[in-house]
Amino acid sequence: MLIKKPADIASSEITPRGLYLSRRAFLRGAAIAGATTLGGGLLGKLASPWEQASAGTKIDGIQKSNFSTNEKITPYKDVTHYNNYYEFSTDKEGPAGLAKNFRTRPWTVKIEGLVSKKKTLDVDSIMKLASPEERVYRHRCVEGWSIVVPWVGFSLSTLLKQVEPLGKAKFVEFTTVYDPSQMPGQRERVLEWPYVEGLRLDEAMHPLTLLCFGMYGEVLPNQDGAPLRLVVPWKYGFKSAKAIVKIAFTEKQPINTWNKATPNEYGFYSNVNPNVDHPRWSQARERRLGEFSKRPTLMFNGYGDQVASLYSGMDLKRYF
Amino acid sequence: MRWLKIVIFLACLGPLIRLAWKAYSGGLGANPIEFITHSTGDWTLIFLCVTLGVTPLRRLTKQYWLIRLRRMFGLFAFFYAALHFTTYIWLDKFFDLHEMIKDVSKRPFITAGFTAFLLLVPLAVTSSSGWIRRLGGKRWNLLHRLIYVSAIAAVIHYLWLVKADLTKPLRYAAVVGVLLGYRILAWSVPLIRSKKPALFPGKRAEVPEG
Repeated sequence: MLIKKPADIASSEITPRGLYLSRRAFLRGAAIAGATTLGGGLLGKLASPWEQASAGTKIDGIQKSNFSTNEKITPYKDVTHYNNYYEFSTDKEGPAGLAKNFRTRPWTVKIEGLVSKKKTLDVDSIMKLASPEERVYRHRCVEGWSIVVPWVGFSLSTLLKQVEPLGKAKFVEFTTVYDPSQMPGQRERVLEWPYVEGLRLDEAMHPLTLLCFGMYGEVLPNQDGAPLRLVVPWKYGFKSAKAIVKIAFTEKQPINTWNKATPNEYGFYSNVNPNVDHPRWSQARERRLGEFSKRPTLMFNGYGDQVASLYSGMDLKRYF
Repeated sequence: MRWLKIVIFLACLGPLIRLAWKAYSGGLGANPIEFITHSTGDWTLIFLCVTLGVTPLRRLTKQYWLIRLRRMFGLFAFFYAALHFTTYIWLDKFFDLHEMIKDVSKRPFITAGFTAFLLLVPLAVTSSSGWIRRLGGKRWNLLHRLIYVSAIAAVIHYLWLVKADLTKPLRYAAVVGVLLGYRILAWSVPLIRSKKPALFPGKRAEVPEG
């Protein structure tokens, strides 16, 4: 097992979530954090009720999509207050508050590597490349929970075609913003920053792969990956990189952050697969947030009809 | 003493009352079952540390009466461990025995957690004064050293289930390490200081109770 952190107490743990509280609330929280030790964070939670997520602006002209599931949509509050976003915090309740003042403008995305037209695009111009679609997707976390989210965006391929990938390009690498001054989690070496993810070119060009800038009809909240993120619904959630600043076309398979951290647990492909367990827990079932019983996990998260052909002939146990 | 015990007993129920209140008021967050699992697991570890802390504390502060609280802390460790285990077999596995057996044998962190829990069972059973008499102080003491193994297994259980951020489990590891380290010191220092007398069983009457 990799031990990537020293044993001393991280500064972010000492003043939990203090950063986003108002001054007065911060002082109160700090007093509580100071007065308690082990298990004391629980008291801090009692003292600071959930903050309202930064309300998104409504997105106009959203089209419906045939790719949408008609399953019950997970409540907005759950999707905005239960986030794996280690750049802010390893605590799932953390990002909602810590990302509150995260600056998403100005924001540019650099597209480089094996393309004939390298580009640096402003996020607002990217959003105008196509009309926004609502895609209600199942989203399955590698940890064994899942949600159903009405994302807003359009197929990533729309953007990728703009730069005209070269024949040599086989993979696409996505890099998340690195800004420890705004992202307290990046001050800890929990993972190697910046966060990097990757897809095979055909996966990236697949129509299901979404370039996402909104959800629930509004602009994406910061804790859910604003201003621009990926949504790859047939893969475990960590493949869907958030706050993207760079897209690079490569010949060699990119090394994604989680794979680098624990190669035997998180593969490059990370397709949702109930038959291939995580070495430390089963992937056969999942808990949909809001449901009591666990439900069986579906092959490719239920998107097998669309994507299974991408992997025909591949040993999915080996290429997990 | 009686009143102190009652107050401490009620305080030890605090974490459970808090959980019940949160469940009632909808404060368990987006994934309530995960919240309950983590909370009962945390409190098991905390009570294991508190229990292990009694002996060093009473020796260092010479407050020898503290021993009279140890059984209660130990039983609360078992109580929260039992709640934690129940959450697992009920809310996670839904009493699917086959799934559970697969889990225990296949997943090291479940194996470690299950071991930690199992080791606490005989300690809870023999916690009464009657059992101390029946077993005799020495044998009882020996048996109850299983809590060391249980605490280590519990920390390993936590370390092995975490994805990347080891801060919290390492904090417990540090506390358990210090508490067990104290015992190693307490046993070895007298042995090193005067090797001869330690060889006489009579001189070792002062074996630490925990």
